[in-house]
Amino acid sequence: MTDTPTELPGSMDPSIPATIMRERPAAAAAAPDLGAPPGSGDLTDELLNSDMWTDAMLATAGIPVADVPLVSVGGGIGSFVTVDYLRIAGVPTNRIAVLSNLDFAWQTYEYLTRVSQIPRPERIRSDSASRPDNIWGFPSYAATEAFQEGNWGELWHVFVEPMWADYYTPKAGRVFAGLERESKRIGWDQMLVKGQVRMVRKRQGGGYFIILTPKAGLTPTKRVAYRAEFVHLAVGYPGLRYLKELQDFRTEHQDFHHVVSAYEEHEHIYEAARTKQITVMLRGGGIVASRVLQRIMDDREKYGLQTQIVHLFRTFIDGAHSPNEKTLHAWNKRKGGHGFAYQGFNYPKSVWGGQLKSEMRKLEGDARAVRYKEMGGTNTPWRRRWQAQMKAGRDGGWYRIMQGTVDEMRLENGKIVSVAKTQHGKLEIPADYIIDCTGLEADISEHRVLKDLLDHSGVGRNPTGRLDVERSFELRGTASGPGVIYASGATTLGGYFPGVDTFLGLQVAAQEIADDLARRGFCKKIGTFRSISQWFKWARNKQP
Amino acid sequence: MLPTLGGRIQTRIVLLAVIGGLVTLIITPVLPLPAGTTLSNAYRDTFIILAAVAIIGIVWECVYHLLMQWRWEKDWPTFFGFITMINEGALIWVLLHFKAIPGIVGTVPTAAFVIDFVLVWMAVWLWANGPARVVNIRWRFHGGRFV
Repeated sequence: MTDTPTELPGSMDPSIPATIMRERPAAAAAAPDLGAPPGSGDLTDELLNSDMWTDAMLATAGIPVADVPLVSVGGGIGSFVTVDYLRIAGVPTNRIAVLSNLDFAWQTYEYLTRVSQIPRPERIRSDSASRPDNIWGFPSYAATEAFQEGNWGELWHVFVEPMWADYYTPKAGRVFAGLERESKRIGWDQMLVKGQVRMVRKRQGGGYFIILTPKAGLTPTKRVAYRAEFVHLAVGYPGLRYLKELQDFRTEHQDFHHVVSAYEEHEHIYEAARTKQITVMLRGGGIVASRVLQRIMDDREKYGLQTQIVHLFRTFIDGAHSPNEKTLHAWNKRKGGHGFAYQGFNYPKSVWGGQLKSEMRKLEGDARAVRYKEMGGTNTPWRRRWQAQMKAGRDGGWYRIMQGTVDEMRLENGKIVSVAKTQHGKLEIPADYIIDCTGLEADISEHRVLKDLLDHSGVGRNPTGRLDVERSFELRGTASGPGVIYASGATTLGGYFPGVDTFLGLQVAAQEIADDLARRGFCKKIGTFRSISQWFKWARNKQP
Repeated sequence: MLPTLGGRIQTRIVLLAVIGGLVTLIITPVLPLPAGTTLSNAYRDTFIILAAVAIIGIVWECVYHLLMQWRWEKDWPTFFGFITMINEGALIWVLLHFKAIPGIVGTVPTAAFVIDFVLVWMAVWLWANGPARVVNIRWRFHGGRFV
């Protein structure tokens, strides 16, 4: 039995947080877990096979138990935002434990943004008032940037966006600095327990047990258990998938150098472009494709390079469109062109508080799934600089766009040739490097903790196949006496609230969870007086 | 804040009543009103104008909501919330000019009206785009609804 997710050879640096990059073996193919002997401090057969555990079972197994009323599993930004809310609602640090393999909450996020070409000085795709370090979103990032950096133009920017300026977006470095400050203010490190969460199971008599595997040698037993009345799951993306043909090519040729995912370190491609003329093929039409494209184009301009780019879109958008053509009306069109669908953020803005949020909250089953399809689909922001760069590329013939799918890939004269079915028929496209920017996500069952919940705790799937949560983000079917499991983030996409895997979405979820916990008597509901007094504490950087 | 129709109307009424009311209370005594206007008459006029902006505004909000349907994002940019001061102010001014707003005592000079209207609007708009989020942390996620 192992808690270390299986890695594909060369797929990543082991220091990288495990949440996303490591591909897990298919659940069906995994060897059944064998129980450890009683008293060994490890999971026994009895524990592995029981849907509901008793205190005595843990004692028999010799696994020590710690009592904490609320445990958040994940420790990334989803956990952070929720715990931040609860701390502001008056919950002390000794009533919360955050179980995580991350050293700090934004570790995975920073890794992913950096490799996908958003280093600290660059701007992320997020709104000015979406501040994971400030539950009020006031002052906004734009206002803070204006005051702190004397960059008063940013106030004008948010005043005229999006008509006469691209949407304001904060610099990644500012977001991380804010998270660091808030992390210290709320005492994050006092709540953080490092280790790999193995499973969450219901407890007979109410509440749950959470099994943690701390780093070897840190504890006398291999496992430790947390007994909690409330559990919050924010485990992030279950895993990342490559396009099948790219995965097959990588496996067959053991080539993890010329065919990469944009979410992996791939600086070597930009370095190679500086030493010789190369052709790079991009797959995917989302924000990551735009970012990678910008980096290649910026380098081209900066160093006078001759890099050629071939961009293959599976879904090619060539004008205003609706992801569901049946609903294509004058009042329901999204901008698009040259392959891309354009949208400021990953969902239409009003899902985070306006009309679409209100509408989605009422929809069930297929009606909700259809609506998700109508407003979803891969998209990227329309930014003036990118438009100018891409136009120059198309006009100069060094940026070629096409629609198609790839049936076959082979090596020929040192190039990777993709045999593509395109709008112009079958084409053979040679390239030196291929960057997969599609960001396909793995199924939730590929995450070990979620798989265990699906198998043992009555967790269901929503109309889009992810975790089925209530409007309060309670995980349906998991109530255990007075205990509740909540889930937020990417694993809950498809629920009553879209936009879950965004800063603001995590805050919407955190607010619902905090209010639900207040109804259950775990904490106080944040009313006007508390909100104002806590905001002043935030402003003065005083503990909540 | 991304509004729903109900949220728009609630936000307008609450913010005009509280923020607009405070601003009106403060600025009315210093408005350039005709000599001899008593303070009680001045307050009567400015608060009636404030009420008119709130009530007629309900119709405006329906119009804005309709216009918003043509936006893919179903959002209402900050600039729109600012610039609608012009059409709304103009309508109120015309109604005042034709004495169509009941209860107004005497004639409200254009300068006094413009100062009153713009200051109230600016205060409400600035509040809605910032501190309002602190006073009620649920407001922005509920489309501007308070209840």
